[in-house]
Amino acid sequence: MTWQWFHRLGSPRWFYEKSGNWLPWLTAVTALLLVVGSIWGLAFAPADAKQGNSYRIIYIHMPTAVVSLAGYYVMAISGAVGLIWRMKLAYMMMKSAAIVGAMLTFLALFTGAVWGKPTWGTWWVWDARTAFMVLMLFLYLGVIALQEAYQSHDTATKASAILALVGTVNIPIIYKSVDWWYTLHQPATIKFTSESTIHPSMLYPLLTMIAGVYCLYTVALILYTRAEVLQREKRTKWVQQLVTGAGEAR
Amino acid sequence: MEFQFTSLADFMMMSGHGPYVWSCYAVTALGLLYLVVAPLRKRRRFIAQQRRQQQIQAANQTRLETARQ
Repeated sequence: MTWQWFHRLGSPRWFYEKSGNWLPWLTAVTALLLVVGSIWGLAFAPADAKQGNSYRIIYIHMPTAVVSLAGYYVMAISGAVGLIWRMKLAYMMMKSAAIVGAMLTFLALFTGAVWGKPTWGTWWVWDARTAFMVLMLFLYLGVIALQEAYQSHDTATKASAILALVGTVNIPIIYKSVDWWYTLHQPATIKFTSESTIHPSMLYPLLTMIAGVYCLYTVALILYTRAEVLQREKRTKWVQQLVTGAGEAR
Repeated sequence: MEFQFTSLADFMMMSGHGPYVWSCYAVTALGLLYLVVAPLRKRRRFIAQQRRQQQIQAANQTRLETARQ
C-alpha cells in the first residue's frame, strides 16, 4: 500500500491550493443554511408551549454547543496526527481549531446564559453541563496560550497538542452530564436511538442551523489554516511567487 | 408554515422575550462573522507585508548593481 495520498494530504501547499477551490461553494452553502435556518427559527417555527418565544434561542445555542464539542475532537485528533506523523499541516489545523472552537464555546455559554434569565430566572447556575463547558473553554484557551508560551515553536505545538489530547476526557462527560446529574439544564432534545422529544416543525429549522454551523466551522477552519500556512511557509518559493502574483493582480 | 406574529412590532417584542432573543442572535452573528473576517484580514496583511519586503529587496538589488558599475 502506498502512503502517497497521506503525505500529499499533509502538504501545506496542496491544502492551500485545493481549499481555495472549495471555499466559494462552501461559503455559499453556509450562508444559505444560516440565513434560511435563522428566519425559519425566528419567525416561522411555532412558539414553545412552556417557554414561549425565548426558546427560539435554541436555534443558535444548540448548534454552537454541538459544533464546539465536535470541534474539540477535530483539534485533539489534529494534535495527535501532528505528534505521531510529525505532520506540519495537522499542527496548523490544531491551532485554527482552537480559535474557532473557543469562539463557538463562548457563544454557546453566552446564549445559554441569556436564555437562562427568562427561563430559569437567573443568568448563571453552576449546573454540571455549564461547568464542564467552561472547563472546555479554558482548554481551548489553554491550547491557544501554550502556542505562544515557548521560545521554540516545535516545543510549543507539541505541548499544546498534549494538552488538547488530555482534555479529550472532558467531552464525553459533557455529552452525558444531563443524564448523570439531573440539574437545571434540560435533557437532550434530539436523540439518535429513540424518538426525539421535539416536533418536526421545530426540528427541521434546528437541523438546518446545525448543518449551517458545521459548514461555517469548516469555512473558518480552512480560512485560519490558509493564513497559517502562508505564515509558516513564507520562505518557500511558492509563497513568494504567490505574493508577487497578488501584487501584479492589483 | 406561517408567520407566527401578528405584526412587525410583535415580532420584535416576542411577548417580552424579544431583548433576550435578539441580543443572542446579534452576538452570535457578530461572533460568527468574526471567524470569517479575521483570518481573511490576517492573510491580506501578510501578503501586503511580504510584498513590501520583496520591493525593498528588489530596490536593494538594483542599488547594489548600480554601485558596482
